Amino acid sequence: MNVFDSLGIALTALRANTLRSILTTLGIIIGVASVIVMVAVGTGARSEVDRQIASLGSNMLVVFPGSTRVGGRAGGAGTRLPLSERDMQALREKIPGVVAISGLLQGTGPVVYGNANWTTSLMGIHDQFNEVRDWQVIEGRGFTANEVKTAARVALIGKTVADKLFNGGDPLGATIRVTNVPFQIVGVLDSKGQNSFGRDQDDVVMLPMTAARGRIVGRSKLVNDNVGNVHVKFDPGTDLAEAQAQMENLLRQRRSIKPGTEDDFNVRNLSEFMRARTSALTTMGWLLAATSAISLIVGGIGIMNIMLVSVTERTREIGLRMAVGGRRRDILMQFLVEAVALCLLGGLIGVAIGVATATGVALSAQWPILIAPNAILMALGAAALTGVVFGFFPARRAAHLNPIDALRTE
Amino acid sequence: MDLSSRADEVIAARPSSKPLIEARDVSKIYTVGEQTVRALDGVSLSIQLGEFVAIMGPSGSGKSTMMNLIGALDVPTKGAMELDGRNIATLSSDALADLRNRTIGFVFQQFNLLARTSALRQVMLPLLYAHPRPADAEAMARHRLEQVGLKDRMDHYPSQLSGGQQQRVAIARALVNNPKLLLADEPTGALDSKTSEEIMALFCTLNTEGITVVVVTHEPDVAEYAKRRVLFRDGHVVEDISQPGFMGRAAE
Ligand SMILES: Nc1ncnc2c1ncn2[C@@H]1O[C@H](COP(=O)(O)OP(=O)(O)OP(=O)(O)O)[C@@H](O)[C@H]1O
Ligand SMILES: [Mg+2]
Repeated sequence: MNVFDSLGIALTALRANTLRSILTTLGIIIGVASVIVMVAVGTGARSEVDRQIASLGSNMLVVFPGSTRVGGRAGGAGTRLPLSERDMQALREKIPGVVAISGLLQGTGPVVYGNANWTTSLMGIHDQFNEVRDWQVIEGRGFTANEVKTAARVALIGKTVADKLFNGGDPLGATIRVTNVPFQIVGVLDSKGQNSFGRDQDDVVMLPMTAARGRIVGRSKLVNDNVGNVHVKFDPGTDLAEAQAQMENLLRQRRSIKPGTEDDFNVRNLSEFMRARTSALTTMGWLLAATSAISLIVGGIGIMNIMLVSVTERTREIGLRMAVGGRRRDILMQFLVEAVALCLLGGLIGVAIGVATATGVALSAQWPILIAPNAILMALGAAALTGVVFGFFPARRAAHLNPIDALRTE
Repeated sequence: MDLSSRADEVIAARPSSKPLIEARDVSKIYTVGEQTVRALDGVSLSIQLGEFVAIMGPSGSGKSTMMNLIGALDVPTKGAMELDGRNIATLSSDALADLRNRTIGFVFQQFNLLARTSALRQVMLPLLYAHPRPADAEAMARHRLEQVGLKDRMDHYPSQLSGGQQQRVAIARALVNNPKLLLADEPTGALDSKTSEEIMALFCTLNTEGITVVVVTHEPDVAEYAKRRVLFRDGHVVEDISQPGFMGRAAE
């Protein structure tokens, strides 16, 4: 008696009770499906977060003016001390490892080209912004230092804006009106897709910091050279935590913050921040893992139950098999294989449902569909193991029947 | 037929005095609650290779209990039970399974066919458990089904066969391993008298081909086919009549 014989017998037995077999494996189906979904959602979300982290630019710290504390003693938004060109200059000169630095002013406003009119996100930047954020210009060129210094009327536009205004035409060299002022397009930005809040990052027009100031955000009463948030890119070898501390020290000095009082700015590592957000996803992953483990256990108990029923129903058959020469291990194997086959059947249905669900989730979240063959094998392995563990007791009971008693049962 | 020559070989291979079945002072005692039931009480019986024995007796006299011991499905409480020269009490459950597989074919009153399994597959069943497994299992099974007259019913399921046909399938299954011994506990108990005669005639033919046949029966008509009759009562053998020269009714 080999495994294939046992499998043949098992399939005959399962086919005899098709509906019962499928209902029995419901727990396994759910368990396996949630394993697949868990792994797919986990890897999909992680790859999405990685993509977003990469889209922020690597080795980067951002300085935001204003306190982190909500309702702290720092004044209202209008009164907080902005960061200035001189602050930026100091950071560039005094902090080791800085490779590129740029301010960022953000606002929204209308852009017009001919009859086309579109409200978009406006950014005021320095010439190094594209380098800091790893945000390439794919057509044309970026801003020069001189253009930023002289408040030149030049602009970079994102893919979405290019599509909206030019509808397939060539935007390079064209003049658009941004908040009613003409700017000449010198470059088109590489596509970045959606950010983690679902906003289209390609729906953007970038202007030189100096040309944007006072146009897209109001001029500050406190400084006349507000640069918004300062993005700083470091050399790959730099210890960012160290750099962050140095930046905080420098800015406290420059802003005359007394020891023991709170910063009125804050320096953030956005990639860390993004990574922290994935921990929520990890928690969800654990929850799903717990669900699958519980489903598999509950499913396993269902399997054990039905296998005990099956052994009882087929006691005479077992007696007969023993009479014609079946050894205990043959009987054990037969019922074990049946339990495993039942679990694998459930496992395959679970894989189908899991793959469908994971695909659905990925499509709606616009993640790449990542269903690892390993996850499928792992899930089927877990199902098979459930069959072995929970099938063993009924199979052993069958194998230890006494042939005469078994033959005599009605 | 090769079976008879095989039986001759087996006889030649061992001292002719050694019986196929030898029960020496065998008892089987069941304890149910406070009560002890002596299903067999000091039975001695020896059956030679090639015999055709009918075991008779009133209900509860211990016939089935004796058959279980002969068939190595059970071991005696007391006494020695030897089958094919081996004391079954000394064998492991695996060794007993192998012994049953190689030496014995069982035929039951209720046929005991597997549901949803074709006649051919039923008959192949003992070969699945054989060591080594014969390569030509299917051919062997087909041959036995032809022998019991079911050439046209190979692919039929038990539910598609008459009682007599089902019992023939069971007989083919019992024969497929070329056993030395065919054990039948009331094989005709569920059949009408005409079918019973056909089945018994088949047993006679098999016996003339060299297979030892032991049949339990209530019916004197059925016992007529045997060359030797053993009568049980209250767990004892009370009569053991051999009819030398009587070759059974099939030979008339
Ligand atoms: N497993 C058992 N437990 C207890 N008593 C048993 C058991 N098996 C058989 N007996 C008893 O042993 C005695 C002999 O039973 P057995 O089945 O051998 O009778 P039998 O001659 O085959 O009868 P029948 O012709 O009705 O089949 C009976 O009294 C029966 O009650
Ligand atoms: Mg009986």
